[in-house]
Amino acid sequence: MADELNLADAHGSAQAPAVSIRNLHVAYGEREILHGVSFDVLAGETVVILGGSGSGKSTLLRTLVGLERPTSGDVIIRGKNLCALSEAEWRDLREHIGISFQSGALFGSMSVGENVALPLLEHTKLDPATIEIMVRLKLNEVGLSGYEDYMPAQLSGGMKKRAAVARAMAMDPEILFFDEPSAGLDPIIAAGIDQLLLKLKEAFGITIIVVTHELASAFLIADRMVLLDKGHIVAVGTTAELQASTHPRVRQFLDRVAEPEISQEIDYLQMLTGEVPRPRQ
Amino acid sequence: MAFTENIGAATLDGLAYVGGLARLGFSAAQAVVKDVVERRTLAYGRAIHQAMAVGIGSLPILSLITFFIGTILALQSAYELRKFGALQYVADAVAISVSRELGPLITAILVIGRSGSSFAAELGTMKVNEEIDALETMALDPVRFLVAPKMLAMLLMMPCLTIWADFMGFVGGSVFGVAAAGFTFTTYMRATLDALVMRDIITGLIKSVMFGLVITTVGCQEGLRTGLGAEEVGRSTTAAVVKSIFLVIMVDLVFTAMFYFGIG
Repeated sequence: MADELNLADAHGSAQAPAVSIRNLHVAYGEREILHGVSFDVLAGETVVILGGSGSGKSTLLRTLVGLERPTSGDVIIRGKNLCALSEAEWRDLREHIGISFQSGALFGSMSVGENVALPLLEHTKLDPATIEIMVRLKLNEVGLSGYEDYMPAQLSGGMKKRAAVARAMAMDPEILFFDEPSAGLDPIIAAGIDQLLLKLKEAFGITIIVVTHELASAFLIADRMVLLDKGHIVAVGTTAELQASTHPRVRQFLDRVAEPEISQEIDYLQMLTGEVPRPRQ
Repeated sequence: MAFTENIGAATLDGLAYVGGLARLGFSAAQAVVKDVVERRTLAYGRAIHQAMAVGIGSLPILSLITFFIGTILALQSAYELRKFGALQYVADAVAISVSRELGPLITAILVIGRSGSSFAAELGTMKVNEEIDALETMALDPVRFLVAPKMLAMLLMMPCLTIWADFMGFVGGSVFGVAAAGFTFTTYMRATLDALVMRDIITGLIKSVMFGLVITTVGCQEGLRTGLGAEEVGRSTTAAVVKSIFLVIMVDLVFTAMFYFGIG
């Protein structure tokens, strides 16, 4: 996109990116959702992918964790191109990444402790006593000490998210993905989840990729942000850079301006390039 | 033209569906074998849990239904037999019908209602709640983790339930035998055993295993194919029940014909 505000290179360093996305196209059948998305995530940084409903941010996250296959382009994680991985290589890679889903996705038939223990039981040869200790440690890290025997249905929304984070952290992943960590939570609980992400980053130096549309949360936790709109990247930059951006689409999103009536595709393209029609003020 | 095209398209869809079931069944069997080879115990624990749900949970209602079916069969058989003065053959008629056909079929239909639907609803809800995605992203195969234990449980429990259903059918028939056909309970059961040959029981058990395979694969496939939203879970559950009943009847027809023309 000609007018794209892309500050990733300016921010770049000699350090190899933990995640590199190059010209990524993803489609559901005939309908293309992501139209050539490219950006890097450096090791140890927190990148927030922002965007409204239907912007393609959840599809992007699902593609990054291998739940959707791109139609073209490359996703390189830990030096490996996801599009060319064998099943065994995928299994190996998935042991190094953790995902916290929007709904928590805890297994309802298992206790919280069993949920957290599951990846350890399956992917390590640790004895049950060690696994039990590790489960306690992980739950302690997310502030859920003593909840091992609770069933997910007995937890509140915020606690479910914390338990999901503990499970995602079980294998000590290098990269953590979060899908809408604050969705459906009240502001106080949501702030608690933000603090938890900051704590994890500080304590373990994990690379964190978060998909959200919650601006307050995004500005608090992000080192850099990626703004997606209708499957295109509109802007990539630090929080300060995005705040200072004059790009109309960035301003519309950050200033929470309602969408104008758009009937023609050409109107939308004109708006993206900063020409008429302007969003309603 | 459109009519023939529709028939062709429906046939292709049906074959693709059955192909999908076969692939799912094969993957689940492969997962079970792999667990045995690698001496992993997770699937067994879940299989025992499932076996309890499928088997023990079904026993009261299965007992009641097959008991009444046995009595009904005795009444219906007696209606014709008494015309020929052959009321003493009522035990034979009930024994053959129950062991070869109605025992396995009624068991299957009951298990479809209880377990096939619950497999679809469970997996469908897990799909909607992103739990299936979570399994995949944790490098855990959903087929191994979710389908294989169900299949193992079903293959174990269906023959057991069928044997129990057969027995309760015989007991149900004996009520009529004792009340109206001049039997005592002991003589009725002895007549039942005399009427049966091992082949009758075995054909019923082979059918029950095949029915178990159909119920598990259809229930799980429908669950795993659930779309987004709670409404889709309901659709999957209904589809699992309807398709399972249809396929169980088809499998029954094929095996009954095979036993009749081939094995006896």
